[in-house]
Amino acid sequence: MPMIELRKVSKWYGSFRVLTECSTSVAKGEVVVVCGPSGSGKSTLIKAVNGLEPFQEGEIIVNGVSVGDPKTNLPKLRAHIGMVFQNFELFPHMSITDNLTLGQVKVLGRSREQAVEKGLALLDRVGLASQRDKYPGQLSGGQQQRVAIARALSMDPIAMLFDEPTSALDPEMINEVLDVMVELAREGMTMMVVTHEMGFARKVAHRVVFMDQGQIVEDCTKDEFFGSPRSDRAQAFLSKILQH
Amino acid sequence: MGEFDWGVIWRYRAALWDGMLTSLQLFAIALAGGVFFGTLLAMARLARWKAVSVPAAGFVNLIRAIPFIMAIFWFYFLTPMIVSKFTGQQGEAVGPFTSAVVAFIMVESAYYSEIIRAGIQSIPRGQPGAAYALGLNYWQSMGYVVLPQAFRNMLPVMLTQAVILFQDTSLVYVVALKDFLGAASKAGQLTGRIVELYLFVAVVFFILCFAASRAVKGLQARLAVAR
Amino acid sequence: MDWKVFLEQAPSGGMTYLGWLWSGLFWTIAVSACAWVIAFVAGSVVGVARTTPLAWARFLGTAYVELFRNVPLLVQMFLWYFVMPEVIPVAWGDWLKQDMPYLLRLPFAAQFSLWEFTAAVVCLGLYTASRVAEQVRSGIESLPRGQTSAGLAMGLTLAQVYRHVTLPMGFRIIIPPMTSEFLTIFKNSSTALTIGVLELTAQSRQISEYTFKTFEAFTAATLIYIAVTMTVILLMRALERRVAVPGYIAQGSTH
Repeated sequence: MPMIELRKVSKWYGSFRVLTECSTSVAKGEVVVVCGPSGSGKSTLIKAVNGLEPFQEGEIIVNGVSVGDPKTNLPKLRAHIGMVFQNFELFPHMSITDNLTLGQVKVLGRSREQAVEKGLALLDRVGLASQRDKYPGQLSGGQQQRVAIARALSMDPIAMLFDEPTSALDPEMINEVLDVMVELAREGMTMMVVTHEMGFARKVAHRVVFMDQGQIVEDCTKDEFFGSPRSDRAQAFLSKILQH
Repeated sequence: MGEFDWGVIWRYRAALWDGMLTSLQLFAIALAGGVFFGTLLAMARLARWKAVSVPAAGFVNLIRAIPFIMAIFWFYFLTPMIVSKFTGQQGEAVGPFTSAVVAFIMVESAYYSEIIRAGIQSIPRGQPGAAYALGLNYWQSMGYVVLPQAFRNMLPVMLTQAVILFQDTSLVYVVALKDFLGAASKAGQLTGRIVELYLFVAVVFFILCFAASRAVKGLQARLAVAR
Repeated sequence: MDWKVFLEQAPSGGMTYLGWLWSGLFWTIAVSACAWVIAFVAGSVVGVARTTPLAWARFLGTAYVELFRNVPLLVQMFLWYFVMPEVIPVAWGDWLKQDMPYLLRLPFAAQFSLWEFTAAVVCLGLYTASRVAEQVRSGIESLPRGQTSAGLAMGLTLAQVYRHVTLPMGFRIIIPPMTSEFLTIFKNSSTALTIGVLELTAQSRQISEYTFKTFEAFTAATLIYIAVTMTVILLMRALERRVAVPGYIAQGSTH
């Protein structure tokens, strides 16, 4: 059974259809990169996986639990799905340490000492142990995103969702974040990653999902995708993005 | 001109002080109640559930459409009625102070809810999103993530509204409650020295409110630097 | 509920209780509208003064705003009505209280005189001017600084820059806050009942005292307040659309 499975997911904003019968899956330990032009619905799709974006039709099953089912305890499900956002979304009124411990204490019920210990270990892992007492506003974008990854990891997630984690970053900071993600992938973390970073996809992705206009146009292995994408749209996208 | 008797203020100091205490009491209760219920109202207005958001919006817009004095009259009329209905007690058991308190809490909660709603909306949507993604539920994400930031952003506006609220307490004059202005008015009727007494009231209000709004400005400047 | 009460003959004014309500509405609007003229003119002057490079003008503007904003409106009402006639020369004070009421008989069964009306209008107008001034100032300050520089660089005088550049944009920006200021003055006009002006709130209370139909009387006044508020909001939205500058401050416009 896959860790994450989407079956014919459709979503409308009013009469505007943003997702059209999207189906794909992520197996345990698999890294799936979702790419496509802006406005293609990638972000909406990944946010539907942990129920941040409601959808009207279809089904999403995460670790055996249906996300769209009104009876599902979403907070409980989300507690075990890490998510990293485009704009980091660290809580600006809390210190780095407090950002790392909030979820552990309030959701998982860990003691403060346990949570701090765990959080600081992860902070050390992303190379930012010295920043523990600072506030998010005092860190660079790349540092903030690494803290955000540590925050997600502190919840011991069974899978991680990345929503364009590097697109709000200055170019020189992109690699420090990608390095952390590559390391995670190599450790066997189940990951679904919306990104334009094709270098990252080549390095660690198992599969690539290509979206356009709310539809999944391609869903194939990395080698197939970069070797011979079948659709014109994917070819056009690749040639545009790989030119630089 | 020239025949002022400022001694009247000293002679009536006890009554004036009692009046000031009444004003301050009303102010404190209305502020606490207004912020508390205002927060709930703001959350209700932003709720996805229509059954919650529509009545909340209706109440807030209704209160904001009528004069404060009209609202005071309304609650002065309704509170004893409602209380006697629920407790079986005589309506007279509810004193004018209680009615005034209810009126002020209701009106201020409507005003504060608008401020707090703007504060909540000023927080980028990704923030509650990130809180939910960590597994926090609605109340936790509001309590730990959204509201602390919203209140911080809104603090100067909320304090400015508090200064206005303090001035508005003088409106209880219309239901003959002896607040600071009411006490001065009463003393003025007894002595015929309304000129001195009203000028004194004006000066006291000015000093208190001016000092308070200066302090708010200072705080605002400090917050601006801090971010 | 007994809504027919409004059709009964009222004890004074030669009209029904419904007539009292209309009279109250008329005076509410009359007080608000006259006070608004004062508030808008005085508020614009004070607001502009606070943005000029002239230190003395800024000081006077600030002093005005602080003075009027930090004393409760009701206290100001009493200062104008009770205190002012006593501290100006005796002859003037006597004229206000004794002669002014006979200058003009107020229409619409007013049970108060021109002096009460004037005191209420002046008080509300000058009080609201301090609030309008703040809106004008922040509207002007929200314009990019370069606008003034560009005007001066073209060789315009400071007055011309205000006349042709700053104020036309500034006033467009502040239409929405001005709408809410007008609604505030409209609501605040009920404070005039404390000095005897029988406006809408006062009339509804008077009806309740004469008929004991408190619920009906208050409901009627409340509905009238809501109706006027909604009318003002709709009118101001229409104004906003009319004066919208294409490509700038898009809210209210439909493109």
